[in-house]
Amino acid sequence: MRYLEDVITLEFDAAKCNGCGLCVLVCPHAVFAMAEKRAALVDRGACMECGACSKNCEPGAIQVRSGVGCAAGVLVGWLTGSEPTCDCAGNSSSCC
Amino acid sequence: MVTIRKKEPAEGCTPGVPCACNQAKVEPRTLGQISAPWSDGVLSTAVGDVPRARTELRCSDRLGTLKARSAIGRMHYSILPGLYAVGNPTAESPVVVTANYKLSFDHLRKALTGRNAWVLVLDTKGINVWCAAGKGTFGTEELVRRVQVAGLDRIVSHRKLILPQLGAPGVAAHTVRHQCGFRVVYGPVRAKDLPAFLDAGLKAEPAMRAVRFALKDRAVLIPVEVVMGAKYVLLTAAALLLFSGLNAHGYALERVRTTGIQSAALVLSAFLGGAILGPLLLPLLPGRAFSLKGAILGLLLFAVLMLSGMATTLTAHPLLHTACWALVMPTISSFTVMNFTGTSTFTSLSGVLREMRFALPLQIGAAALGLGLWVTGLFLSGGPVL
Repeated sequence: MRYLEDVITLEFDAAKCNGCGLCVLVCPHAVFAMAEKRAALVDRGACMECGACSKNCEPGAIQVRSGVGCAAGVLVGWLTGSEPTCDCAGNSSSCC
Repeated sequence: MVTIRKKEPAEGCTPGVPCACNQAKVEPRTLGQISAPWSDGVLSTAVGDVPRARTELRCSDRLGTLKARSAIGRMHYSILPGLYAVGNPTAESPVVVTANYKLSFDHLRKALTGRNAWVLVLDTKGINVWCAAGKGTFGTEELVRRVQVAGLDRIVSHRKLILPQLGAPGVAAHTVRHQCGFRVVYGPVRAKDLPAFLDAGLKAEPAMRAVRFALKDRAVLIPVEVVMGAKYVLLTAAALLLFSGLNAHGYALERVRTTGIQSAALVLSAFLGGAILGPLLLPLLPGRAFSLKGAILGLLLFAVLMLSGMATTLTAHPLLHTACWALVMPTISSFTVMNFTGTSTFTSLSGVLREMRFALPLQIGAAALGLGLWVTGLFLSGGPVL
Protein backbone atom coordinates (compact mmCIF):
# COMPACT_ATOMS: atom_id res chain seq x y z
CA MET A 1 0.00 0.00 0.00
CA ARG A 2 1.32 3.43 -0.92
CA TYR A 3 0.03 6.89 -0.17
CA LEU A 4 0.24 10.19 -2.12
CA GLU A 5 3.84 10.41 -3.27
CA ASP A 6 4.38 13.71 -5.06
CA VAL A 7 4.01 15.83 -1.93
CA ILE A 8 6.80 14.40 0.25
CA THR A 9 9.05 17.05 1.84
CA LEU A 10 12.06 14.75 2.38
CA GLU A 11 15.38 16.18 1.18
CA PHE A 12 18.73 14.41 1.35
CA ASP A 13 22.10 16.06 0.90
CA ALA A 14 24.46 13.21 0.01
CA ALA A 15 27.49 15.47 0.38
CA LYS A 16 26.88 15.79 4.12
CA CYS A 17 26.35 12.04 4.69
CA ASN A 18 28.95 10.37 6.92
CA GLY A 19 27.79 6.87 6.09
CA CYS A 20 26.67 5.93 9.62
CA GLY A 21 23.69 4.08 8.18
CA LEU A 22 21.23 5.05 10.91
CA CYS A 23 18.73 6.42 8.39
CA VAL A 24 18.61 2.99 6.76
CA LEU A 25 18.06 1.32 10.15
CA VAL A 26 15.34 3.58 11.49
CA CYS A 27 13.21 4.01 8.36
CA PRO A 28 10.11 1.80 8.54
CA HIS A 29 9.57 1.99 4.78
CA ALA A 30 13.08 1.41 3.38
CA VAL A 31 13.31 4.90 1.87
CA PHE A 32 17.10 4.83 2.24
CA ALA A 33 19.66 2.18 1.38
CA MET A 34 23.44 2.04 1.71
CA ALA A 35 25.41 2.45 -1.52
CA GLU A 36 29.18 2.69 -1.54
CA LYS A 37 29.42 3.51 2.16
CA ARG A 38 26.93 6.32 1.90
CA ALA A 39 23.20 6.52 2.24
CA ALA A 40 21.12 6.83 -0.90
CA LEU A 41 17.53 7.95 -1.27
CA VAL A 42 16.01 4.97 -3.06
CA ASP A 43 12.26 5.29 -2.52
CA ARG A 44 11.29 8.85 -1.70
CA GLY A 45 7.63 8.23 -2.46
CA ALA A 46 7.35 5.66 0.34
CA CYS A 47 8.31 8.28 2.94
CA MET A 48 5.69 8.90 5.62
CA GLU A 49 7.53 11.92 7.04
CA CYS A 50 7.92 10.42 10.51
CA GLY A 51 11.24 12.22 10.84
CA ALA A 52 13.19 9.29 12.33
CA CYS A 53 15.96 9.59 9.72
CA SER A 54 16.54 13.32 10.05
CA LYS A 55 16.33 13.18 13.85
CA ASN A 56 19.09 10.58 13.92
CA CYS A 57 21.30 12.09 11.23
CA GLU A 58 24.19 13.61 13.16
CA PRO A 59 25.69 15.54 10.20
CA GLY A 60 22.27 16.96 9.35
CA ALA A 61 22.12 15.57 5.82
CA ILE A 62 18.39 14.91 5.95
CA GLN A 63 15.62 17.47 6.15
CA VAL A 64 11.93 16.65 6.32
CA ARG A 65 8.88 18.42 7.58
CA SER A 66 7.91 15.70 10.00
CA GLY A 67 4.49 15.20 11.48
CA VAL A 68 1.66 12.77 11.93
CA GLY A 69 -0.26 11.78 8.82
CA CYS A 70 -3.52 11.92 10.70
CA ALA A 71 -6.66 13.59 9.37
CA ALA A 72 -8.11 14.11 12.85
CA GLY A 73 -4.86 15.75 13.92
CA VAL A 74 -4.87 18.06 10.89
CA LEU A 75 -8.49 18.97 11.57
CA VAL A 76 -7.73 19.76 15.22
CA GLY A 77 -4.79 21.87 14.01
CA TRP A 78 -7.00 23.79 11.59
CA LEU A 79 -9.75 24.33 14.15
CA THR A 80 -7.41 25.51 16.88
CA GLY A 81 -5.04 27.39 14.59
CA SER A 82 -2.09 25.31 15.77
CA GLU A 83 0.24 22.80 14.15
CA PRO A 84 -1.36 19.50 13.12
CA THR A 85 -1.29 17.36 16.21
CA CYS A 86 -2.37 13.93 17.23
CA ASP A 87 -4.18 14.80 20.42
CA CYS A 88 -2.85 11.99 22.54
CA ALA A 89 -2.27 13.83 25.80
CA GLY A 90 -4.28 14.00 28.97
CA ASN A 91 -7.60 12.28 29.29
CA SER A 92 -8.46 12.56 25.65
CA SER A 93 -9.43 9.27 24.17
CA SER A 94 -8.70 10.26 20.60
CA CYS A 95 -5.39 8.84 19.67
CA CYS A 96 -3.69 6.81 17.04
CA MET B 1 24.66 -8.11 44.42
CA VAL B 2 21.08 -8.55 43.40
CA THR B 3 18.63 -10.32 45.66
CA ILE B 4 15.03 -11.16 45.08
CA ARG B 5 12.19 -10.60 47.47
CA LYS B 6 8.92 -12.23 46.65
CA LYS B 7 5.80 -10.15 46.64
CA GLU B 8 3.29 -11.00 49.36
CA PRO B 9 0.18 -12.52 47.80
CA ALA B 10 -2.72 -10.12 47.65
CA GLU B 11 -5.71 -10.77 49.84
CA GLY B 12 -7.91 -13.49 48.44
CA CYS B 13 -5.20 -14.88 46.17
CA THR B 14 -3.43 -18.19 46.58
CA PRO B 15 0.30 -18.11 45.85
CA GLY B 16 0.99 -19.69 42.49
CA VAL B 17 -2.60 -19.45 41.36
CA PRO B 18 -3.54 -16.56 39.07
CA CYS B 19 -6.00 -14.16 40.68
CA ALA B 20 -9.43 -13.86 39.17
CA CYS B 21 -9.81 -10.86 36.88
CA ASN B 22 -12.21 -9.08 39.19
CA GLN B 23 -9.75 -9.21 42.07
CA ALA B 24 -6.89 -7.71 40.12
CA LYS B 25 -7.14 -3.99 40.62
CA VAL B 26 -4.18 -1.90 39.57
CA GLU B 27 -3.38 0.61 42.27
CA PRO B 28 -0.99 3.55 42.08
CA ARG B 29 2.30 2.33 43.48
CA THR B 30 5.81 3.39 44.15
CA LEU B 31 9.05 1.49 43.80
CA GLY B 32 9.23 -1.24 46.40
CA GLN B 33 5.53 -1.04 47.13
CA ILE B 34 3.99 -3.06 44.40
CA SER B 35 0.42 -4.05 43.92
CA ALA B 36 0.24 -4.30 40.13
CA PRO B 37 -0.97 -7.78 39.18
CA TRP B 38 1.86 -8.23 36.70
CA SER B 39 4.61 -7.69 39.26
CA ASP B 40 6.11 -10.54 41.29
CA GLY B 41 8.49 -8.89 43.72
CA VAL B 42 11.47 -6.57 43.70
CA LEU B 43 15.19 -6.84 43.05
CA SER B 44 17.47 -5.01 45.45
CA THR B 45 20.15 -3.21 43.51
CA ALA B 46 22.95 -0.76 44.26
CA VAL B 47 20.50 2.09 43.70
CA GLY B 48 17.48 0.65 45.47
CA ASP B 49 14.58 -1.68 44.80
CA VAL B 50 13.57 -2.39 41.23
CA PRO B 51 10.15 -3.97 40.62
CA ARG B 52 10.18 -7.21 38.72
CA ALA B 53 7.61 -7.80 35.97
CA ARG B 54 6.15 -11.19 35.17
CA THR B 55 6.51 -12.29 31.59
CA GLU B 56 3.35 -14.38 31.38
CA LEU B 57 0.15 -12.47 30.71
CA ARG B 58 -2.72 -13.26 33.03
CA CYS B 59 -6.44 -12.91 32.57
CA SER B 60 -6.39 -9.48 34.24
CA ASP B 61 -3.79 -8.36 31.67
CA ARG B 62 -5.90 -9.66 28.81
CA LEU B 63 -9.05 -8.03 30.14
CA GLY B 64 -7.15 -4.72 30.28
CA THR B 65 -5.97 -5.27 26.71
CA LEU B 66 -9.51 -5.86 25.50
CA LYS B 67 -10.66 -2.66 27.19
CA ALA B 68 -7.73 -0.68 25.84
CA ARG B 69 -8.39 -2.03 22.34
CA SER B 70 -12.02 -1.01 22.60
CA ALA B 71 -11.14 2.48 23.79
CA ILE B 72 -12.84 1.90 27.14
CA GLY B 73 -10.86 3.98 29.60
CA ARG B 74 -7.79 3.18 27.54
CA MET B 75 -5.85 6.03 29.09
CA HIS B 76 -6.09 4.39 32.50
CA TYR B 77 -3.78 1.60 31.42
CA SER B 78 -0.48 3.34 31.83
CA ILE B 79 2.55 1.90 33.62
CA LEU B 80 4.46 3.85 36.25
CA PRO B 81 7.63 5.07 34.48
CA GLY B 82 11.02 3.89 35.71
CA LEU B 83 13.25 0.85 35.73
CA TYR B 84 11.89 -2.69 35.90
CA ALA B 85 13.50 -6.09 35.90
CA VAL B 86 12.54 -9.17 33.90
CA GLY B 87 13.94 -12.47 35.13
CA ASN B 88 17.15 -12.08 37.12
CA PRO B 89 19.15 -9.43 35.30
CA THR B 90 22.79 -8.70 36.13
CA ALA B 91 25.13 -5.83 35.34
CA GLU B 92 25.69 -7.34 31.88
CA SER B 93 22.02 -7.79 31.02
CA PRO B 94 20.55 -5.75 28.19
CA VAL B 95 18.50 -2.62 28.87
CA VAL B 96 15.35 -2.39 26.78
CA VAL B 97 13.44 0.89 26.62
CA THR B 98 9.69 1.22 26.10
CA ALA B 99 6.72 3.55 26.63
CA ASN B 100 4.43 3.48 29.65
CA TYR B 101 1.54 2.33 27.49
CA LYS B 102 0.03 -0.91 28.67
CA LEU B 103 0.06 -2.69 25.33
CA SER B 104 3.69 -1.68 24.64
CA PHE B 105 4.79 -2.86 28.08
CA ASP B 106 2.80 -6.10 27.85
CA HIS B 107 4.20 -6.94 24.41
CA LEU B 108 7.70 -6.30 25.66
CA ARG B 109 7.58 -8.35 28.87
CA LYS B 110 5.91 -11.22 27.04
CA ALA B 111 8.64 -11.12 24.38
CA LEU B 112 11.27 -11.31 27.13
CA THR B 113 9.97 -14.59 28.55
CA GLY B 114 12.86 -16.67 29.82
CA ARG B 115 15.30 -13.78 29.49
CA ASN B 116 17.07 -11.60 32.00
CA ALA B 117 16.80 -7.94 31.14
CA TRP B 118 16.22 -4.47 32.45
CA VAL B 119 13.24 -2.57 31.12
CA LEU B 120 13.33 1.22 31.25
CA VAL B 121 9.82 2.64 30.95
CA LEU B 122 9.63 6.24 29.74
CA ASP B 123 6.80 8.56 30.71
CA THR B 124 4.86 8.95 27.48
CA LYS B 125 1.59 9.78 29.28
CA GLY B 126 0.26 6.33 28.52
CA ILE B 127 0.80 6.65 24.76
CA ASN B 128 2.36 3.96 22.56
CA VAL B 129 5.97 4.25 21.38
CA TRP B 130 5.37 5.39 17.80
CA CYS B 131 2.75 8.05 18.56
CA ALA B 132 4.75 9.25 21.57
CA ALA B 133 7.91 9.47 19.46
CA GLY B 134 5.99 11.53 16.91
CA LYS B 135 4.94 13.90 19.68
CA GLY B 136 8.41 13.90 21.22
CA THR B 137 7.35 12.50 24.59
CA PHE B 138 9.20 9.30 23.78
CA GLY B 139 12.17 11.53 23.19
CA THR B 140 15.80 12.32 23.80
CA GLU B 141 15.17 14.46 26.87
CA GLU B 142 12.89 11.97 28.63
CA LEU B 143 15.26 9.08 27.83
CA VAL B 144 18.31 10.87 29.21
CA ARG B 145 16.37 11.90 32.31
CA ARG B 146 15.09 8.36 32.97
CA VAL B 147 18.58 6.91 32.56
CA GLN B 148 19.84 9.38 35.14
CA VAL B 149 16.90 9.03 37.56
CA ALA B 150 17.21 5.23 37.49
CA GLY B 151 20.96 5.45 38.17
CA LEU B 152 21.41 3.10 35.25
CA ASP B 153 25.16 3.72 35.04
CA ARG B 154 25.48 2.14 38.50
CA ILE B 155 23.26 -0.83 37.69
CA VAL B 156 24.74 -2.00 34.39
CA SER B 157 28.37 -2.23 33.36
CA HIS B 158 27.73 -1.71 29.64
CA ARG B 159 26.53 1.51 28.01
CA LYS B 160 23.89 0.36 25.57
CA LEU B 161 20.18 1.09 25.41
CA ILE B 162 17.99 -0.99 23.13
CA LEU B 163 15.16 1.15 21.79
CA PRO B 164 12.22 0.09 19.68
CA GLN B 165 12.88 1.23 16.12
CA LEU B 166 9.64 3.19 16.11
CA GLY B 167 11.02 5.35 18.94
CA ALA B 168 13.46 6.86 16.46
CA PRO B 169 11.25 9.79 15.35
CA GLY B 170 11.57 11.17 18.89
CA VAL B 171 15.11 10.20 19.85
CA ALA B 172 18.39 11.57 18.49
CA ALA B 173 20.82 8.75 19.20
CA HIS B 174 23.90 10.97 18.97
CA THR B 175 22.45 13.48 21.47
CA VAL B 176 21.69 10.70 23.96
CA ARG B 177 25.31 9.51 23.68
CA HIS B 178 26.65 13.02 24.24
CA GLN B 179 24.37 13.72 27.19
CA CYS B 180 24.46 10.52 29.23
CA GLY B 181 27.13 8.35 27.68
CA PHE B 182 24.74 5.59 26.65
CA ARG B 183 24.69 4.38 23.06
CA VAL B 184 21.27 3.93 21.48
CA VAL B 185 20.80 0.71 19.53
CA TYR B 186 17.59 0.58 17.54
CA GLY B 187 15.94 -2.81 17.86
CA PRO B 188 13.19 -4.31 15.74
CA VAL B 189 9.81 -2.70 15.11
CA ARG B 190 7.93 -5.48 16.91
CA ALA B 191 8.69 -6.67 20.43
CA LYS B 192 8.23 -10.28 19.42
CA ASP B 193 11.34 -10.07 17.23
CA LEU B 194 13.41 -8.96 20.21
CA PRO B 195 14.67 -12.45 21.18
CA ALA B 196 15.97 -13.02 17.63
CA PHE B 197 17.53 -9.55 17.65
CA LEU B 198 19.28 -10.23 21.00
CA ASP B 199 20.47 -13.67 19.85
CA ALA B 200 21.85 -12.24 16.60
CA GLY B 201 24.09 -9.84 18.54
CA LEU B 202 21.75 -6.84 18.26
CA LYS B 203 21.20 -7.20 14.52
CA ALA B 204 17.76 -6.98 12.95
CA GLU B 205 16.78 -8.60 9.67
CA PRO B 206 15.30 -6.13 7.14
CA ALA B 207 11.88 -7.74 7.66
CA MET B 208 12.09 -6.84 11.36
CA ARG B 209 12.62 -3.19 10.42
CA ALA B 210 9.62 -2.86 8.13
CA VAL B 211 6.25 -1.67 9.37
CA ARG B 212 3.51 -3.90 8.10
CA PHE B 213 -0.14 -3.12 7.75
CA ALA B 214 -1.56 -6.52 7.00
CA LEU B 215 -5.20 -7.53 7.34
CA LYS B 216 -4.66 -8.60 10.95
CA ASP B 217 -2.91 -5.31 11.85
CA ARG B 218 -5.80 -3.37 10.38
CA ALA B 219 -8.50 -5.59 11.88
CA VAL B 220 -7.40 -5.02 15.49
CA LEU B 221 -7.86 -1.28 15.00
CA ILE B 222 -11.53 -1.59 14.04
CA PRO B 223 -13.03 -1.53 17.58
CA VAL B 224 -11.30 1.77 18.36
CA GLU B 225 -12.49 3.25 15.03
CA VAL B 226 -16.06 2.20 15.77
CA VAL B 227 -16.10 3.39 19.38
CA MET B 228 -14.40 6.71 18.56
CA GLY B 229 -16.86 7.67 15.82
CA ALA B 230 -19.96 6.08 17.35
CA LYS B 231 -21.00 9.00 19.52
CA TYR B 232 -21.08 11.45 16.61
CA VAL B 233 -22.91 9.03 14.36
CA LEU B 234 -25.43 8.04 17.02
CA LEU B 235 -26.10 11.72 17.67
CA THR B 236 -26.64 12.31 13.95
CA ALA B 237 -28.91 9.28 13.70
CA ALA B 238 -30.89 10.44 16.73
CA ALA B 239 -31.25 13.93 15.24
CA LEU B 240 -32.57 12.46 11.96
CA LEU B 241 -35.04 10.33 13.92
CA LEU B 242 -36.26 13.36 15.83
CA PHE B 243 -36.56 15.72 12.87
CA SER B 244 -38.05 13.15 10.49
CA GLY B 245 -41.45 13.76 12.07
CA LEU B 246 -41.49 17.37 10.89
CA ASN B 247 -43.55 18.24 7.87
CA ALA B 248 -45.46 21.15 6.36
CA HIS B 249 -48.44 20.41 8.61
CA GLY B 250 -46.67 19.95 11.91
CA TYR B 251 -45.23 16.73 13.32
CA ALA B 252 -46.12 13.20 12.27
CA LEU B 253 -44.99 10.32 14.48
CA GLU B 254 -45.63 7.90 11.65
CA ARG B 255 -42.78 9.57 9.73
CA VAL B 256 -40.39 8.79 12.57
CA ARG B 257 -41.22 5.09 12.24
CA THR B 258 -40.69 5.14 8.51
CA THR B 259 -38.42 7.90 7.21
CA GLY B 260 -36.69 8.39 10.56
CA ILE B 261 -35.72 4.80 11.20
CA GLN B 262 -34.61 4.29 7.62
CA SER B 263 -32.52 7.46 7.62
CA ALA B 264 -30.87 6.53 10.91
CA ALA B 265 -30.15 3.04 9.59
CA LEU B 266 -28.56 4.39 6.39
CA VAL B 267 -26.33 6.77 8.35
CA LEU B 268 -25.26 3.95 10.65
CA SER B 269 -24.61 1.64 7.68
CA ALA B 270 -22.43 4.23 5.98
CA PHE B 271 -20.44 4.75 9.17
CA LEU B 272 -20.06 1.07 10.02
CA GLY B 273 -19.14 0.37 6.41
CA GLY B 274 -16.38 2.96 6.60
CA ALA B 275 -15.15 1.95 10.05
CA ILE B 276 -15.25 -1.83 9.53
CA LEU B 277 -15.01 -2.54 5.80
CA GLY B 278 -12.74 0.47 5.19
CA PRO B 279 -9.79 -0.89 7.19
CA LEU B 280 -10.43 -4.49 6.05
CA LEU B 281 -10.66 -3.68 2.33
CA LEU B 282 -8.15 -0.80 2.35
CA PRO B 283 -5.71 -2.19 -0.26
CA LEU B 284 -8.56 -3.31 -2.52
CA LEU B 285 -10.36 0.02 -2.63
CA PRO B 286 -9.26 2.11 -5.63
CA GLY B 287 -7.27 5.31 -5.30
CA ARG B 288 -4.54 6.42 -2.94
CA ALA B 289 -6.43 9.05 -0.97
CA PHE B 290 -8.32 7.46 1.93
CA SER B 291 -11.23 9.85 1.38
CA LEU B 292 -11.62 8.54 -2.18
CA LYS B 293 -11.43 4.93 -0.98
CA GLY B 294 -14.12 5.73 1.58
CA ALA B 295 -16.35 7.52 -0.92
CA ILE B 296 -16.21 4.56 -3.29
CA LEU B 297 -17.00 2.20 -0.44
CA GLY B 298 -19.96 4.38 0.57
CA LEU B 299 -21.28 4.43 -3.01
CA LEU B 300 -20.99 0.65 -3.21
CA LEU B 301 -22.86 0.27 0.07
CA PHE B 302 -25.53 2.64 -1.16
CA ALA B 303 -25.86 0.72 -4.42
CA VAL B 304 -26.15 -2.59 -2.58
CA LEU B 305 -28.81 -1.23 -0.23
CA MET B 306 -30.74 0.34 -3.12
CA LEU B 307 -30.58 -2.77 -5.29
CA SER B 308 -31.58 -5.02 -2.42
CA GLY B 309 -34.58 -2.80 -1.81
CA MET B 310 -33.56 -1.92 1.74
CA ALA B 311 -33.16 1.76 0.94
CA THR B 312 -36.18 2.22 -1.31
CA THR B 313 -39.21 0.69 0.33
CA LEU B 314 -40.44 3.88 1.96
CA THR B 315 -39.78 6.22 -0.91
CA ALA B 316 -42.42 8.55 -2.24
CA HIS B 317 -39.91 10.73 -4.08
CA PRO B 318 -37.45 8.25 -5.57
CA LEU B 319 -35.21 10.79 -7.28
CA LEU B 320 -34.89 13.00 -4.25
CA HIS B 321 -34.28 9.99 -2.04
CA THR B 322 -31.67 8.52 -4.37
CA ALA B 323 -29.84 11.83 -4.76
CA CYS B 324 -29.87 12.46 -1.01
CA TRP B 325 -28.40 9.14 0.06
CA ALA B 326 -26.07 8.88 -2.93
CA LEU B 327 -24.50 12.04 -1.51
CA VAL B 328 -24.74 11.39 2.22
CA MET B 329 -23.63 7.75 2.42
CA PRO B 330 -20.36 8.19 0.47
CA THR B 331 -19.65 11.36 2.46
CA ILE B 332 -19.97 9.58 5.81
CA SER B 333 -17.85 6.64 4.62
CA SER B 334 -15.33 9.00 3.05
CA PHE B 335 -14.86 10.96 6.27
CA THR B 336 -14.70 7.80 8.36
CA VAL B 337 -12.06 6.15 6.19
CA MET B 338 -10.12 9.43 5.90
CA ASN B 339 -9.85 9.39 9.69
CA PHE B 340 -8.16 6.01 9.40
CA THR B 341 -5.07 7.84 8.07
CA GLY B 342 -4.24 8.49 11.72
CA THR B 343 -4.01 4.81 12.54
CA SER B 344 -2.48 3.69 9.27
CA THR B 345 1.25 3.12 9.09
CA PHE B 346 2.16 4.75 5.81
CA THR B 347 0.41 8.10 5.44
CA SER B 348 2.46 11.31 5.50
CA LEU B 349 1.48 14.68 6.90
CA SER B 350 1.99 16.36 3.53
CA GLY B 351 -0.20 13.75 1.88
CA VAL B 352 -2.98 14.11 4.45
CA LEU B 353 -2.85 17.90 4.11
CA ARG B 354 -3.12 17.61 0.32
CA GLU B 355 -5.92 15.08 0.60
CA MET B 356 -7.93 17.09 3.12
CA ARG B 357 -7.67 20.29 1.12
CA PHE B 358 -9.68 18.75 -1.68
CA ALA B 359 -11.71 16.19 0.27
CA LEU B 360 -13.02 18.28 3.13
CA PRO B 361 -14.76 20.95 1.00
CA LEU B 362 -16.32 18.18 -1.11
CA GLN B 363 -17.43 16.31 1.99
CA ILE B 364 -18.92 19.41 3.56
CA GLY B 365 -20.63 20.38 0.28
CA ALA B 366 -22.04 16.91 -0.31
CA ALA B 367 -23.26 16.58 3.27
CA ALA B 368 -24.94 19.99 3.16
CA LEU B 369 -26.57 19.27 -0.18
CA GLY B 370 -27.70 15.84 0.96
CA LEU B 371 -29.16 17.24 4.16
CA GLY B 372 -30.90 19.95 2.15
CA LEU B 373 -32.53 17.32 -0.04
CA TRP B 374 -33.54 15.33 3.02
CA VAL B 375 -35.22 18.34 4.62
CA THR B 376 -36.85 19.24 1.29
CA GLY B 377 -38.29 15.74 1.18
CA LEU B 378 -39.83 16.21 4.62
CA PHE B 379 -41.67 19.34 3.63
CA LEU B 380 -42.90 18.18 0.24
CA SER B 381 -46.53 17.35 0.45
CA GLY B 382 -47.74 13.82 0.15
CA GLY B 383 -47.28 10.62 2.03
CA PRO B 384 -44.17 9.25 3.65
CA VAL B 385 -41.12 10.59 1.87
CA LEU B 386 -37.46 9.71 1.71
